[in-house]
Amino acid sequence: MTDDVTLKRKNLRSAGMAALLVAGMVALGFASAPLYRIFCQVTGFAGTTQRAEAAVIEDGVIGRQITIRFDSNVSRDLPWAFRPERNTETVAIGARDIAFYEAENLSGRAITGTASFNVTPLEAGAYFTKIECFCFTQQTLQPGEHVRMPVTYFVDPAILDDPDIGDVEQITLSYTFYPVDDEAS
Amino acid sequence: MTDTAATPAHFEAHHDETHDEADHRPGFFVRWFMSTNHKDIGTLYLLFAIIAGIIGGAISGMMRMELAEPGIQYLQAWSGQEGDAAKHMWNTLITAHGLIMVFFMVMPAMIGGFGNWFVPLMIGAPDMAFPRMNNISFWLLVPAFLLLMGSTQVMGSTGLGSGTGWTVYAPLSTQASGPATDMAIFSLHLAGASSILGAVNFITTIFNMRAPGMTLHKMPLFVWSVLVTAFLLLLALPVLAAAITMLLTDRNFNTTFFDAAGGGDPILYQHLFWFFGHPEVYIMILPGFGMVSQVVATFSKKPVFGYLGMAYAMVAIGVVGFVVWAHHMFTVGLSLNMKLYFTAATMVIAVPTGIKIFSWIATMWGGSMTLKTPMLWALGFIFMFTVGGVTGVVLANGGFDDIVHDTYYVVAHFHYVLSLGAVFGIFCGWYYWFGKMSGKMYNEFLGQVHFWLFFIGVNVLFFPMHFLGLDSMPRRYPDYPDAHAYWNEIATYGYWIMAAGMAVFFVNMLWSLIAGKKAADNYWGEGATTLEWTLSSPPPYHQFNRLPKID
Repeated sequence: MTDDVTLKRKNLRSAGMAALLVAGMVALGFASAPLYRIFCQVTGFAGTTQRAEAAVIEDGVIGRQITIRFDSNVSRDLPWAFRPERNTETVAIGARDIAFYEAENLSGRAITGTASFNVTPLEAGAYFTKIECFCFTQQTLQPGEHVRMPVTYFVDPAILDDPDIGDVEQITLSYTFYPVDDEAS
Repeated sequence: MTDTAATPAHFEAHHDETHDEADHRPGFFVRWFMSTNHKDIGTLYLLFAIIAGIIGGAISGMMRMELAEPGIQYLQAWSGQEGDAAKHMWNTLITAHGLIMVFFMVMPAMIGGFGNWFVPLMIGAPDMAFPRMNNISFWLLVPAFLLLMGSTQVMGSTGLGSGTGWTVYAPLSTQASGPATDMAIFSLHLAGASSILGAVNFITTIFNMRAPGMTLHKMPLFVWSVLVTAFLLLLALPVLAAAITMLLTDRNFNTTFFDAAGGGDPILYQHLFWFFGHPEVYIMILPGFGMVSQVVATFSKKPVFGYLGMAYAMVAIGVVGFVVWAHHMFTVGLSLNMKLYFTAATMVIAVPTGIKIFSWIATMWGGSMTLKTPMLWALGFIFMFTVGGVTGVVLANGGFDDIVHDTYYVVAHFHYVLSLGAVFGIFCGWYYWFGKMSGKMYNEFLGQVHFWLFFIGVNVLFFPMHFLGLDSMPRRYPDYPDAHAYWNEIATYGYWIMAAGMAVFFVNMLWSLIAGKKAADNYWGEGATTLEWTLSSPPPYHQFNRLPKID
């Protein structure tokens, strides 16, 4: 009889450990969403662009030119028109440049939106550095309001030393604008 | 060399105690609907897997009929719709076929069916550790299956049913309108919960309820395979549950985990899915490894060669299986270094797998072999799995995979390892243990006819798919250019040969259950050394009331 009791206790302990393992993996599964975002921000994985504090590398400008193509997308839930002023710009690697996007609120109410972004080729994410960008903050547009939004960026010359991506001639910077749920706040 | 288990001679004394209360069975309803007996639950799982297998197999027949020649021949008639709604049916067919075969046929048969039946018998335990939880595991599977079947009767995007593919990739799955995809996702939740409960039960049983003297290193390899599988289930399925829960909230509650228009990333879903999905393919094949090991040893009348190597090869496959997932995603834009890593890590798996193949051959080498039906299936398994393994090593190369990704080459590869590997493993175990489970012997002649028809059929069916894939025929389309017509027609002939084999199988089973010879306790003779052969056929309702001792 006592054997039965010890076996029961042992079984419950084993099952408990197994359940803990399951709980841990469930937690890890859900935690993967924020962890993945952090991982991308840190490593530039999946074309996540970098951010710098106005520190243009003055003597880092290199003679090589690179073409930046600008891409714009709008969530179907956001009644905005959103497009780059110029489709491409050619800049020197290492040099700071400024590009403008235009946005217009086509609806009759004020809407707040923000933009997600990345670059392709995805490997260029670690070298594409933004100093200032409309995508760092939320944008509120009044009904019919039309704005020009700047993005200040440079391409880190270290890209030339990367065997995977050093010979790239064009980088596409893409934005997707989507509405921010501000009724709650 | 380590012996897998003691010989039956050590346990003869136990026969006399297997009567009176040991054989008392509850009434029909309590026995089958509120079952807590591991053998009854195993039987329920096997019946369930057979029914699901018939449905999933019939769906593949529909797909082969449609693919037999270029153009759309049957989809309008089958769906009763025109245009996109009819073509949507194709998507629901491939989705249902994949999900049914993975979650409702292979897993219930191998883990729920043979695992429940033979893990307690092989380790000398009276039953599973948590018999009621075992019952819940099975009965969660039934509503899961009904939900999946029901999803084909409600709207999903352009037609009836969920057409997302078994991978349920975002954004297709998050944008598909209608309740069908929600039902399919919820079905996966239930099936996953069922498997997790089952895995907890197996781990507890194997760790705590082995007969005295049955150390981990004396356990039969089938028990080892179920133990490793159970751990893979525990680690992989919760991640799938999290991923598809996020799909559900993306679909219904305006979250944007996998939607770039909201700050999410659809690639994250692919990472999560394949973190589950790759271990899942080992979940489906490992119990097959275990059964084939038992059968090869039995019919070579030798203990399996390199027992420890065999056991730890499975552990190694399980461990490495968790760090290779992105080889399913070579075309999403991984950097060169990541491709390099995932290519190399994937190829490493060929090492423990090779150890297993060589050990099976070494077991047969110099053994006293008899080619009874189970052994034929085991040999078929080894042959098929090796072919699938070779194309697997080919596909592991990121550079080559870029070219054949999502072509029929991949379809051929995973059907060689799963449809032919896992299914051959299931039939191997089925013929090996049919007499033990039912008490009646199957018909040897019909068994061999079944094997040869099935073996020829599936090879005619799947081998041409390599050619189609190299000719760049993509997966998941009901139609194709005329250039692919020749091998598609032959593949469909292969399906009918295989189907004829299955007809022989069902005739054999019916005939055997009605008029089969009574099975002896140990009908395979001296080669069969594990504990289930010390019991009667079928075993008493309650076995091992006095625990056997292993020395």
